[in-house]
Amino acid sequence: MPKLKINNVEIEVEKGTSILQACEMLGHEVPRFCFHDKLSVPANCRMCLVEVKPGPPKPQASCALACADNMEVFTDTPMVKKARTGVMEMLLINHPLDCPICDQGGECDLQDQAVGYGYDRSRYYENKRAVKDKNFGPLIKTVMNRCIQCTRCVRFADEIAGTAELGMMHRGEESEIDTFTGAPIMTELSGNLIDVCPVGALTSKPYAFQARPWELRKTETIDVMDAVGANIRIDARGNEVMRVLPRLNEDVNEEWIDDRTRFAYDGLKRQRLDRPYVRDAATRRLRPATWDEAFGVVAAKMKASRRDKIAGLVGPLCDAESMMALKDMIGENVECRTEGAKFDASVRAGYIFNSGIAGIEKADAILLVGTNPRWEGAMVNARILKAWRANKRMKIGVIGENHDLTYPTTYIGAGPSSLENLGAFGDVLKNSKNPMMIVGMGAFTRADGVDVHGLCRRVSEQYKMGFNVLHTAASRVAALDMGLTNDDLSIADMDVVYLLGVDDAEAIDQIHHESFVIYQGHHGDIGASRADVILPGAAYTEKDGIYVNTEGRVQFAKQATWPPGEAREDWKILRALSAVLGRPIPYDEVNALRSRIIRAFPNFGHLDVLMPAKWSKFGGEGNVDKAPFVSGVKNFYLTNVITKASLTMAKCSETFLKRHDSQAEAAE
Amino acid sequence: MKKPFDLNAPYQPATFAFPDKDVVTEIISRYPEGKQQSAVMPLLDLAQRLMGETGATSNPVFGGWIPRAAMDTIAETLGMPKTKVYEVATFYSMYNLAPVGKFLVQVCATSPCWLCGSDKIRKACESKLGIHAGETTKDGMFTLVEVECLGACVNAPMAQINDDFYEDLTEARTIEIIDALASGKQVPAGPQNGRTGSMALSGATTLTDRVKA
Repeated sequence: MPKLKINNVEIEVEKGTSILQACEMLGHEVPRFCFHDKLSVPANCRMCLVEVKPGPPKPQASCALACADNMEVFTDTPMVKKARTGVMEMLLINHPLDCPICDQGGECDLQDQAVGYGYDRSRYYENKRAVKDKNFGPLIKTVMNRCIQCTRCVRFADEIAGTAELGMMHRGEESEIDTFTGAPIMTELSGNLIDVCPVGALTSKPYAFQARPWELRKTETIDVMDAVGANIRIDARGNEVMRVLPRLNEDVNEEWIDDRTRFAYDGLKRQRLDRPYVRDAATRRLRPATWDEAFGVVAAKMKASRRDKIAGLVGPLCDAESMMALKDMIGENVECRTEGAKFDASVRAGYIFNSGIAGIEKADAILLVGTNPRWEGAMVNARILKAWRANKRMKIGVIGENHDLTYPTTYIGAGPSSLENLGAFGDVLKNSKNPMMIVGMGAFTRADGVDVHGLCRRVSEQYKMGFNVLHTAASRVAALDMGLTNDDLSIADMDVVYLLGVDDAEAIDQIHHESFVIYQGHHGDIGASRADVILPGAAYTEKDGIYVNTEGRVQFAKQATWPPGEAREDWKILRALSAVLGRPIPYDEVNALRSRIIRAFPNFGHLDVLMPAKWSKFGGEGNVDKAPFVSGVKNFYLTNVITKASLTMAKCSETFLKRHDSQAEAAE
Repeated sequence: MKKPFDLNAPYQPATFAFPDKDVVTEIISRYPEGKQQSAVMPLLDLAQRLMGETGATSNPVFGGWIPRAAMDTIAETLGMPKTKVYEVATFYSMYNLAPVGKFLVQVCATSPCWLCGSDKIRKACESKLGIHAGETTKDGMFTLVEVECLGACVNAPMAQINDDFYEDLTEARTIEIIDALASGKQVPAGPQNGRTGSMALSGATTLTDRVKA
């Protein structure tokens, strides 16, 4: 534990701590461009210079210098100030003076630090260098004149995204960041390049020239594009979501989010259901209606049906409150596994990610079963890559589809027979201390899903593996925790089906063509087109709500904007409808509903804490079919109604996946 | 000056393979276990020389350069990302990323050579070959480029033609050398004014007891 003095204050730090980090601990801000907490340290911007004694009589880069005993560090001497001013002047030689038209303006590291260390005029009269802009695809806008060669983007692509597609090409004055091949960057984490770029060289293409940071209202909330529950910040102006940014949560998403989370927000403005609709008895077409009329039609139908002939299905984007209200209104005929996954939901440990996402870093062997984590939970995949980079001897086995997951994997087989007989990988698991198994929905979305579930349990017990389920639906674990499952439910036999944001073709195709369908949700997609009555609900940005991620972590999402038109918060719709039905559910305000949830299911009372689940027997004992596991996510960019309505996601799908397919064909 | 390159140009071959795998294995074996990626530089050089050998006998002729396919092959051989190979190849000025003339004439123009008349040497080359610096003759024989210090300042002005230094140049001698190379003759490398190494013209003036001029 080295002990040193920073600005005459003594501090003792962990071995290996850099001087920059130690300064931060004491609250001395050190300017920097190339240094980033989560990336390797190249020390090439030279902005973080400090004076260090003993040592050579020149300033030292504090980001790359480890603390040592008896050091004396000064961060605000004239020497330091002069050195940093010099560095800043050098950086600005070639940086264009286009702040007024730059999207980074107002949140630019270079701008901020130039206030502290810049001269008020330039001593240079020569032309600034010009660098050709690059095509990084539909998400990232490049203005390479502004690049200061900090290489954060290169290191991010290498170390976090795992696709070393960016490089520093050429040298000296000609050096520039490029893919060299001119191809767009193929990673689902590319949006983070915008965040790591300290200047305006890499900015968001959809957000270009849309807003200034100081105009935006910032709301800290939770993402619902996948079951990871990434922590995000929604920046809105008026009632419009302008952009989505990640928020630091070391246990979930660190400080990254995937491109779907970041860029699908334009889907919130398109295809929206902003008023109730009722299917006209004569024309068989949907026509706009009032809330009273829509409730009247629904209530008449529901009162006329037997209660056991009414079923409720909940989709992937629902908050816990609305799901609880639906269950309270409908009863036991509710189901959340709308994509057709079959597994035993009776034991909590059997359906959550028990080890935790941060726990991946402790694993020394990972077995992936029926999952493509790169697409089903990009942050989980990034965490596996992080673990692998920290321990390159870690072996990762794959059963199911064999995708490029950005780290080397051992392909074991395509189906359950490989799970029964792991071959050489069995020895790897036996010899490892902390093996873990990650099972995706691909393993359960099949007729014998329950038996596969049991088989997974037996294998994980045999090799003492941590058992983890990677869900794809943000609502799923909350729904399972609240018991929104009914294995005996036969949707085809129902007279009335209440779809709460369900747009899975697998579920909707099962509905009998004479059944009466109510769709409550926010986007006009296949669920709404099948419906007889449409009740417009709120999207995840438009309501407060509780979500439980795949780890079983309870997180609270906050309202950033208001639902459009006559759309309302989902639990309120259900509460109002239950009154029209004559059986009002017993709460009038949202906190009473939350108390009801917490009383019945105490784990909802612990926000952002992982509650360990008790291990016991789950899953079937039957024989499993040999059919291969198929991942449920066929197109990363088009998974739910919001992404399907998003133009940006459509462009991504076109650019990244079509190219991928044509490459695969060429390879064949 | 930025190196010219075009990865999608028609002259880029679709594939590239090293004909002699043993040479590649030997080069990789020079580096300690786990540091095999260090072989990227000698392998790029090998690829450039192999292309030069091919170019010497083709019509029109061309000199050594590294096609994109070669960089991709090297990346695959060494198990490193392609981008990292491109980084190395674009960084070093001695790797050519587009076809060059059979003779790559690099005239030094840094201060010592410039003081000794490198401008005249460059102009002599330009008028003799009918091209400007940075261009290649139509027959593919010569590429002329102006470069920074090649480290033979004592023998300024100088030019490097392929692997050899031609030092103490005059305009007339430069034209003679170009003529000789064009007609397929060998020209002895080194000082062109009769001295040995960087010794004085009149012979050794120091360490005379050790040096037999």
